[in-house]
Amino acid sequence: MWQTRPESRDSPVCMVSVRAKQLIKRFGETTVLRGVELDIPDGKFAVLVGPSGCGKSTLLRLLAGLERVSSGSIWFGEREVTTLEPRERDIAMVFQSYALYPHMTVRKNLEFGLRLRKTDAATMTARVEEVAGMLDIAHLLDRLPRALSGGQRQRVAMGRAIVRRPALFLFDEPLSNLDPALRAQVRVEIRKLHDELGVTSVYVTHDQVEAMTLADVLYVLEGGEVQQRGRPIDIYREPDNVFVAQFLGSPAMNVRSVELARGPAGEWRAGSVPIAQPSAFAGLEVGRGVIVGVRPHDLALVGEAEADLRLRAEVVETLGPELTVHGTLESDEPFVAVLPAEHAVERGDTLALRIERLHLFDAQTRQSLRC
Amino acid sequence: MTRRADLLESLAAHTVILLAVCFSLYPILWVVSLAFSGATSLEPQVLPIPVEPTLEPMREVVGATRVEPDGGEIWLFGRQLANSLVVSTATALIGVSIAIPTAYAFARFEFVGRREGMRLLLATQMFPAVASAVPLFMILEALELLNTRTGLVLCYASTSVPFAVFQLRSAFEAIPEDLEEAAMVDGATRFEAFVRVVLPIARPAIAVTFLFAFMTAYNEFILAATLLDDERAFTLPVVLQRFIGEYDARWDLFAAGAIVVSLPVMLLFYQVQRHMVAGLGAGGVKG
Repeated sequence: MWQTRPESRDSPVCMVSVRAKQLIKRFGETTVLRGVELDIPDGKFAVLVGPSGCGKSTLLRLLAGLERVSSGSIWFGEREVTTLEPRERDIAMVFQSYALYPHMTVRKNLEFGLRLRKTDAATMTARVEEVAGMLDIAHLLDRLPRALSGGQRQRVAMGRAIVRRPALFLFDEPLSNLDPALRAQVRVEIRKLHDELGVTSVYVTHDQVEAMTLADVLYVLEGGEVQQRGRPIDIYREPDNVFVAQFLGSPAMNVRSVELARGPAGEWRAGSVPIAQPSAFAGLEVGRGVIVGVRPHDLALVGEAEADLRLRAEVVETLGPELTVHGTLESDEPFVAVLPAEHAVERGDTLALRIERLHLFDAQTRQSLRC
Repeated sequence: MTRRADLLESLAAHTVILLAVCFSLYPILWVVSLAFSGATSLEPQVLPIPVEPTLEPMREVVGATRVEPDGGEIWLFGRQLANSLVVSTATALIGVSIAIPTAYAFARFEFVGRREGMRLLLATQMFPAVASAVPLFMILEALELLNTRTGLVLCYASTSVPFAVFQLRSAFEAIPEDLEEAAMVDGATRFEAFVRVVLPIARPAIAVTFLFAFMTAYNEFILAATLLDDERAFTLPVVLQRFIGEYDARWDLFAAGAIVVSLPVMLLFYQVQRHMVAGLGAGGVKG
């Protein structure tokens, strides 16, 4: 377990806010980032999440100074860093590959940045030992990276970042090479470490569990643009568009294209599904094309009379506390529901389900209709 | 697998290895035998063991001297050995020092003419050295560098650089860029990252390239024989060739010379192999 020794720190942590204005990055003819805006308050843990090729790693490399922006500006606090070299930005980065110097022992790896900054020997030794104690790698200091396990290498890479006491931590998918059990453990430890050190952090991942659990501020990226920014739970509950709705949440949200209509009693319906709270949405018009979305967790098993839809179970996965039921609706469309495990559901059963919460998006713009 | 099967397999493997070793060592043992036999001609002999062992051929080769026009005597073989060592070391040093920055640039940077540059370097490898012997002779003559170590080094370095660039470019490309980027984020300039991270990791490849450039220059005969006609300027391959004349072949001296000539290379190889530790670069990045 990692331990911090705040009393032994010999200088206060300098934190910065991170702002990016209208960042554009092109590689030849390809535009990778299209006017990205970031605003990360100091001391916060920001996560950039998105599928492969969405531009999240490029954005991180722009913040690190490892790539030059095509246009736009980057600010750390009140200082513009857009054209500064990486070494002038006071940052530390943990790479996906760990990037430990293979010809140096763990101690030399940790000392490398301090040596370049001409830190005196006594301070250097004290800092290395403090961080080694914090990360539980003190017994590895004289080993070469090749003699370490994946988890140990990951810790050394973290240590190399921490020992410099930078104003900003950058993480480029640091857990993706660990096995799932270790990944979950290190994820918790990274969050703890952030809470203890309080240094502003930007973390890139494609893993939505990491994104949801680590972030104070979450940025969902796709196609080189920020699709939505906010607290993870807010984004999960109120996604701004169909992409965000489907990207976050596991299993993914069920969506289908329908038309808005009025029922026999004048109530609003999205296709055949009644809209329980029409006042939550703007622009409801009969005949308007919409995409209706229902999260698999937002369903309840009810009696036939109360049902909004009927699901014929084809595959039932038991995951301890809950069941994931994959099947088809009466219209033969595929649909997924997650239900408490106490329900005995078997393949071939038809389930009467009530929708607890519903999302509506415009069919053309794919933006949320929630007001 | 049973213990008996293990034993048989091991026996078969060792027999094959032993045969291969005998096959490759036999000619060398035969040369050693000839060098210490005192026989001046080649006589068929199955076992490579000197009949009447003697150090005379060795003494004659190593102790060769020459009387200068001013009456002074110089140790000719010493001068020729020095020629070979100086020319080969200088060639390797110049070749590797020019190739390191060149290869790094080809491996890491995008610039106009990058691809064409590599093709041009490759093209220089298509022609055998002998094809350039005549122009090189004329150039060196114009520069008054015939029969000098400098002249030979210039010729050798011009051919060793392209090959060294190829070797080292692959080595630099194999080093993950993450390592340099990590160093730059840690506070290094690009040059510091290159010196402190890339060069140490590429050390085995640089050692091999140095060794190869050294040995190519050390063994080179055709250019040396073309560009040198003063025996004081000879390198060892030219010296060796002179033992086998049209009318008088001194195979004992040739064999003794061959052994003496091999010693510096063997020593160098022994030294360099310590730097060629496999897997030095392993473990730095997840792979």
